[in-house]
Amino acid sequence: MIAEAGLAALWLATAFAIAQLLLGAAAARATDPAAMLPGVRKIALVQALFALLAFLILIWLFVTSDMSVLLVAENSHSLKPMLYKIAGAWGNHEGSMLLWVTVLAVAGAGVALFERRLVAETLSATLAAQAAIAIGFYAFLAFASNPFARLNPAPADGQGLNPLLQDPGLAFHPPTLYLGYVGLSVAFSFAVAALLMRDVGPAFAKAMRPWVLAAWIFLTIGITAGSYWAYYELGWGGWWFWDPVENASLMPWLAATALLHSVNVLATRDGLRAWTLMLAVVAFSMSMVGTFLVRSGILVSVHSFAVDPTRGTFLLALLGLYIGGALALFGARVGTVTQGATFQLVSREAALVLNNLLLSVILGVVLIGTLYPLVAQAMGVQLSIGAPFFEKTAVPIALFLVAGTAAGPLLRWRKDSAQALLSRVTIPLAITGVAFALFFAMTGFASPIAVLVLALAFGLAAASIAPLWKRNLRRTPLPIYGMVVAHLGIAVSLAGMAADTLFKQERLAAVAVGDNLTVGPFKVTLTEVRPTVGPNWSALEARLQVQRGAAEPFELVPQQRFFPNPPTNTSEAAIATLWDGQVYTVLGAADGAGRWQLRLWWKPFVTLIWAGGGLIALGGILSLLGRVLRARREAREREEWA
Amino acid sequence: MKKLLIWLPLALFALVFALVVNGLIEPSDRIVRSAMVGKPLPTLQLPAIVQGKPGIDTAAWPKGTPRLLNVFASWCIPCVAEAPQLLKLKQAGVQIDAIAVRDSPAEVQAFLARNGDPYARIGDDAAMRAQLSLGSSGVPETFVIDSRGVIVDQHIGDVRAEDVPKLLAALEKAK
Repeated sequence: MIAEAGLAALWLATAFAIAQLLLGAAAARATDPAAMLPGVRKIALVQALFALLAFLILIWLFVTSDMSVLLVAENSHSLKPMLYKIAGAWGNHEGSMLLWVTVLAVAGAGVALFERRLVAETLSATLAAQAAIAIGFYAFLAFASNPFARLNPAPADGQGLNPLLQDPGLAFHPPTLYLGYVGLSVAFSFAVAALLMRDVGPAFAKAMRPWVLAAWIFLTIGITAGSYWAYYELGWGGWWFWDPVENASLMPWLAATALLHSVNVLATRDGLRAWTLMLAVVAFSMSMVGTFLVRSGILVSVHSFAVDPTRGTFLLALLGLYIGGALALFGARVGTVTQGATFQLVSREAALVLNNLLLSVILGVVLIGTLYPLVAQAMGVQLSIGAPFFEKTAVPIALFLVAGTAAGPLLRWRKDSAQALLSRVTIPLAITGVAFALFFAMTGFASPIAVLVLALAFGLAAASIAPLWKRNLRRTPLPIYGMVVAHLGIAVSLAGMAADTLFKQERLAAVAVGDNLTVGPFKVTLTEVRPTVGPNWSALEARLQVQRGAAEPFELVPQQRFFPNPPTNTSEAAIATLWDGQVYTVLGAADGAGRWQLRLWWKPFVTLIWAGGGLIALGGILSLLGRVLRARREAREREEWA
Repeated sequence: MKKLLIWLPLALFALVFALVVNGLIEPSDRIVRSAMVGKPLPTLQLPAIVQGKPGIDTAAWPKGTPRLLNVFASWCIPCVAEAPQLLKLKQAGVQIDAIAVRDSPAEVQAFLARNGDPYARIGDDAAMRAQLSLGSSGVPETFVIDSRGVIVDQHIGDVRAEDVPKLLAALEKAK
């Protein structure tokens, strides 16, 4: 009965989305749109409430382990810990698509509730566009991925959740990423509405900016958390694998980062109009492409019999409709968008155009690398593209981007001189040079690119703090702090990546109990291997005593876990985080002669990668906070005037 | 120039779209078809792997009856799944010969004891040489050999219940 209620809620949400599209479109063309707008706002809210209800019902079905629902039976188990029962609701195709469309509806409702600056026509068109996207994905759920389908007869118990996904970090990883992915839908709808209504200007950019920022913050957190998850859960010691699923999250982030910068130019300087529109379309398009790539299974070719071809086709049709439609609209209308303010070659605007171009090129490279197997396949060749391609292509471009990130904020708006810039970047440049010489002397020719990255990280760190130089720190607006912190975060993250490449040490050995190994400055002794059990798994665990020099030894306990439902082995790395890096240990197989495979890493300063990611997100939060507070203050002042 | 630039994104998208459509229509896990289909069966001489059952010597095979040549292995799970269907085919009077890939006598014996034995002959292909000469890229695969000794069909993957009538029809045609 409850599952049917969920399905009914989904259909009602669809009905309201259709109403929102029709009424929104009507309001956008009406003579008095302001009169119709409150109605559209309310419909958007009700649509979101029904979508949310459907999603909550699905969670409830997982919490109560209602095995008569196919999705629950396939993905849950009554013995699973409660957290993973709840996370199970979105740890599968149907549930995650329901979450996707729920976020879409809620974001639309957010626009309906809070957006006050935009003119009524454009806002109505925005809400109509948002509803148009939602309708397609509701249809996808209803016709190709019904999460509430029943299973008759109901099995005694479910089949469990992939153990790799049974991890508190991962339980909240998809929702975070989805908030980012789908949050970008708002920017997309804004851009479509602006093109339709020919209303592109600072007001439109100011309305769009907080949404882009919020989505970008969630994407940043999602990617950082996902990278850390892959790092400790997969047990390979790597933090980025250029896997299609990772690229699917990186591409919208790249586009959103570019959009974030160009929307600022549009909001404050009324420049980069066409760029901003294009990037808003591209950013959400990348979200949809990412969702499609992940959900259709088109790139994961491990004899993927579980992938339903109708789903891929359906999603692809939606993609063609929305992305193709928006790009066609862009082509038809952008010519009528009048040129905004102009600027000179050496100026903040020009640096931001460079930022947009470089980010777009990186995005293009990642997209090509991700899709190339499809190109090759079209030509009759089967291949896969791995990390070397991306490292050779994306990394050099990224280096230019880093240099631009350092110099950009030091440029004045509209017009500046190259000489003035040069004098402002002297210190960062000197720091980069000294750091390069120093680290090159330490590591030699092992990886000159990594040395360069590390040196640039130091230079960027100095340059990113420079905008605060000689400023009244108490009167500096929050968005400036946001920029400083985010750029500093990039420097920190780059330093972590380079340090991991340059200084990590690895040991792989078969050892017996009582033996010891050294890795980096650490002595690691295998003291015991013993069986243990958890709530829904059993495991073998190795007790390792780790000691650096004469310091107090500590213990690490890597495990090999066995999950009976479904039968799967996972290896749980044990990681010690110290102030200057991480000791990463993995227990491997037994060799049958009383020895165990141990894999040990000493990774100096690797934690900076994710700390930097956190700083980048924090920068976004500061910036968003600054914008929201300022908008409120302005609204209050307007009221006082009136 | 600027006019063209404006439509560039749509053109690029159309290109990617066409690629993806192509990728969906022809999934990349498309199985490798043998180039040997339509050609005479290569001469295979494989020793017996289990006692009491002859190995494979295609030179000595009588012409005139179509047969199935099943490439399997005891370590292969889909091979377990297709065993009942092969037994059904045997009951329907089909002669099934087999090539055991990278296998050991004891394992094959145990496999046959557990899953039934539909085979008239089983050849030992420890180095996968015979499998490669057939153009087979994995296990299980089932080749339909017609009465003249020509490979007329290749079934890739496990034989499912719905494949049995198809194989029977192919054998009928191969007479």
